[in-house]
Amino acid sequence: MSQTSSVADAAPAVTRSPSIARAKRSQIRGKLPVLVLFLPPALLLFTVFVILPMGEAAWYSFYNWNGYGLPDQWIGTRNYELIFNNGAFRQALINNGLIILISILVQIPLALWLATMVTHRIKGAVAFRLLFFLPYVLADVAAGMIWRFVYDGQFGLVAGIFNSFGMDAPFWLADRQVAFYAVLGVIVWKYFGFHMMLFVAGLQAIDKNVLEAADIDGATGWQKFFRVTLPLLGSTVRLSVFFAVVGSLQLFDMIMPLTGGGPSNATQTMVTFLYTFGVMRMQVGFGSAVGVVLFIICVTLAFSYKRVFMKND
Amino acid sequence: MTMLFGRLARHRLAIALSAATLLVGISSASAQSVIKWLHLEANPDRLAVWQDIAAQYEAEHPDVKIEFQFLENEAFKAKLPTLLQSSEAPSMFYTWGGGVLKAQTQTGALRDLTEAMDADGGAWRSTFSPAAVDGLSIDGKVWAAPFQWGQVSFFYNKALFEQAGVDASAITTWQDFLDAVQTLKDAGITPIAGGGGDKWPIHFYWSYLTMRELGKDGFAAAKNGGGFTGDGFVRASENLIELGALEPFQEGYLGATWPDTQAVFADGRAAMILGFQNTATPQIQAQAATDGEGLSGDQIGRFLFPLVEDAPGVITDEFGGLNGWVVTANAPPETEDFLKFYLSQDNARRLAAETSILPTTLGAEDGVVDPFMREIVTEMGGATWHQNYLDQDLGPNVGRVVNDMSVELVSGQISAEDAVQQIQDAFSLEM
Repeated sequence: MSQTSSVADAAPAVTRSPSIARAKRSQIRGKLPVLVLFLPPALLLFTVFVILPMGEAAWYSFYNWNGYGLPDQWIGTRNYELIFNNGAFRQALINNGLIILISILVQIPLALWLATMVTHRIKGAVAFRLLFFLPYVLADVAAGMIWRFVYDGQFGLVAGIFNSFGMDAPFWLADRQVAFYAVLGVIVWKYFGFHMMLFVAGLQAIDKNVLEAADIDGATGWQKFFRVTLPLLGSTVRLSVFFAVVGSLQLFDMIMPLTGGGPSNATQTMVTFLYTFGVMRMQVGFGSAVGVVLFIICVTLAFSYKRVFMKND
Repeated sequence: MTMLFGRLARHRLAIALSAATLLVGISSASAQSVIKWLHLEANPDRLAVWQDIAAQYEAEHPDVKIEFQFLENEAFKAKLPTLLQSSEAPSMFYTWGGGVLKAQTQTGALRDLTEAMDADGGAWRSTFSPAAVDGLSIDGKVWAAPFQWGQVSFFYNKALFEQAGVDASAITTWQDFLDAVQTLKDAGITPIAGGGGDKWPIHFYWSYLTMRELGKDGFAAAKNGGGFTGDGFVRASENLIELGALEPFQEGYLGATWPDTQAVFADGRAAMILGFQNTATPQIQAQAATDGEGLSGDQIGRFLFPLVEDAPGVITDEFGGLNGWVVTANAPPETEDFLKFYLSQDNARRLAAETSILPTTLGAEDGVVDPFMREIVTEMGGATWHQNYLDQDLGPNVGRVVNDMSVELVSGQISAEDAVQQIQDAFSLEM
C-alpha cells in the first residue's frame, strides 16, 4: 500500500508539452520489458495473499459460520450489528485511540527529547542510543512476558518496590481501571527507542550550517530547537506519528502474554478482540466482520493521514 | 548485502526442507499404512509411554507406521478446522467432546465409530464405562473413543482449616460453604485460590452451581432448547455473586492464570482450590509450588462441591473433563484397531499408573496410584451424572461467554439476569 502510493508520488507531474510527452512515452517503452517481467509475479502474490483473502473475509462476514464446511447460514449484517453493540469492541476502539494519544503526547516528545540528547551533546551518546533502542529489539511476546512478571503483585519488581516502602503491592494487571495504563507504560517503554532512532536519523540529516547560522544570529537553544530543528524534522515527526497509528492498530503480540485482553476485556485492542472473539470462539463469520471493520479503519486512517499530513513528504 | 544473504539463506533452507520432506515421503512409503496421531501432550514422560505403546503396536503390525504430530493447545484449537478440511488431516486427534466435536461431525471429516464399537456384539463398546461413551456420542452415534475423564472438586489445606476452626466434613450446603469462607476470612486467611485471568477456573463454580440448582433433567431441558434464562440459572448466578461479595479470592485473582492459581494453593497462600482430580498429586504440587515441593498429600483434604438447599441436584452429580480420540474420515482402517490396542485394559492401566490419568476403560481403575485420584475414580464409578466442562459442552462460543460471565458475576460487574441473558443470546445464535 505504502509502496504503490510512493510510486504514485514519485511519478513526475504530467504536462502538456509534446517533447516531455514523447520522452515519457519512450520512457514507458523502455520500462515495458521490466513491467512485463516483474509486475505479474508481484501482482499475483498481492492478489492471492491480500486481495482474495480480504474479499473472502468480506463475504464470510455476512454468515454465521464456525469454519467447518461451507458458510451457508446467511445472516445479513447481523455480525456488524453485534460488533457495534459489543461493549468489548467499544473498549478496544477506545484503547486503540488511547494508544495513539499516548504515542503522540508522551512517546514521541520523549523520543524527540532523548534523540536531541544522544545525537551530539553528551558523552557515551552511542552507548545510550543502543541502550534506549534495546527494548525495541526485544520480541513483543518476550516483552509482554517480562512485564507480566514485573507487574506481578506477589513476586514482581513493582511488588518489591512497594514492599521496600512498607506498602502493600498493587495488582495493576488485575485491576480494570488501571490495567490499560500499565499496558500503555509498556508500550511507551517498548517503542520509544524506535521513534528515537527515527529522530536521530532525521537530526543527522539537518544541515549543520543552518544551526551555525542561527548561532551566529544569536539564537538561544530553545529558539534553535523550535525555529530550526523542529521544522526541519517535520517530515520525520509526521512519519513517526504515522508509525504510531499503524502500530496501535496492529498491537497484538505484546497484549496476549501480558493480559490476554483482560481483566473483563479492559485491555483489548482491536486485533486481540478479533482473535479472542473470532478465532478462539470459532466464530469465523463474526471474526471476518471484525476484520473488515479493522481494514476499513486502517485504510481510512492511512490514506487520509497520508493525504492530509504527508502529502509533501 | 545482508538482504541478499538472507534471501539466499532462505532459499537454501527451502531446498533443504523440500529435500527433507521428499526423504520422509520415501521412507514412510515403505510402510503400507501411516497413522498420523495428532496430540497436545507436551510432557515428555507421558509422551514416552505413548510412544512405547505405539512401538509395541508397530512391532506386532509391521505394515503400520505411527507418526506423532504435536500442536500446542491453543494452536491446536485454532488450526484444527483448517487442518481437518485439508489433505493433511491427521488420522486421529484429541477431543474434549461437546460442541466442538459436534461442529466437527457436521463437516463429514470424521469417521463414525458406532459400527466399530458395536461389532461382535458390542465387544469394543463394552470395554468402556457407558457414561464415557455416552459423553462422546451425539444423537446415538459414537464419534470418539473415550480415553480419560476427571472430576472437579474442592481441595483444602488442612492446617489453614484447622487454624480457622473450619470443619471441612461439615460443609454440605452452599450456605455452609459461604460460612466457611467467612470464618477463614475472619481468621485472616485467604479462603480460595481463584484464576480469574484464565476465566475457566471460575466457570467451574457457575457450572456446579447450575448443576446443583437444576439437576440432571433440568439442565438437559435447558440444553435441549429450554434456554438459560430460567430461575435455576438466575439463582445459581446470584449464588456466585454472593460468593464474590465475600471477596474470597487472593489479591489480584482477576489477572491470575491457572498456574498462578495452583501456586497460590500449593504455597499455602490460600486455604482452598476448586480444581482438577490431580490437584493433590505430588507432581502437580511440585510443579505448581514456588518452592518446587508444595503440599504433601497428608496436608491436603478434599470435599465435594456443596449442594444447594431445596434444589434437585445431588452429590453424585459430577462435573469434570472427558477426553477421547477422534478418527478422521480418510484415516487408514487400522486406526480403530490401534485405538483398541492403545485403550485396552492393560494399556489403560499402564497409562493410569504412569501418566496419572483416570481411565475410562473398565477394569483399569486399579492402575490409579495416587490416593486422591483413587478416591475420585471410585466416586466416579457411582456417578449419577457426569457433566462435561461447560466451555466444551456448549461449544467454543457459548462456552467462552459462560467463562466471561462467571468472572463478571463473581467480581460483581453484572447482574444475574443480565449474565444469563448474555449466555442465552449466544446460545440462541448457535441453534
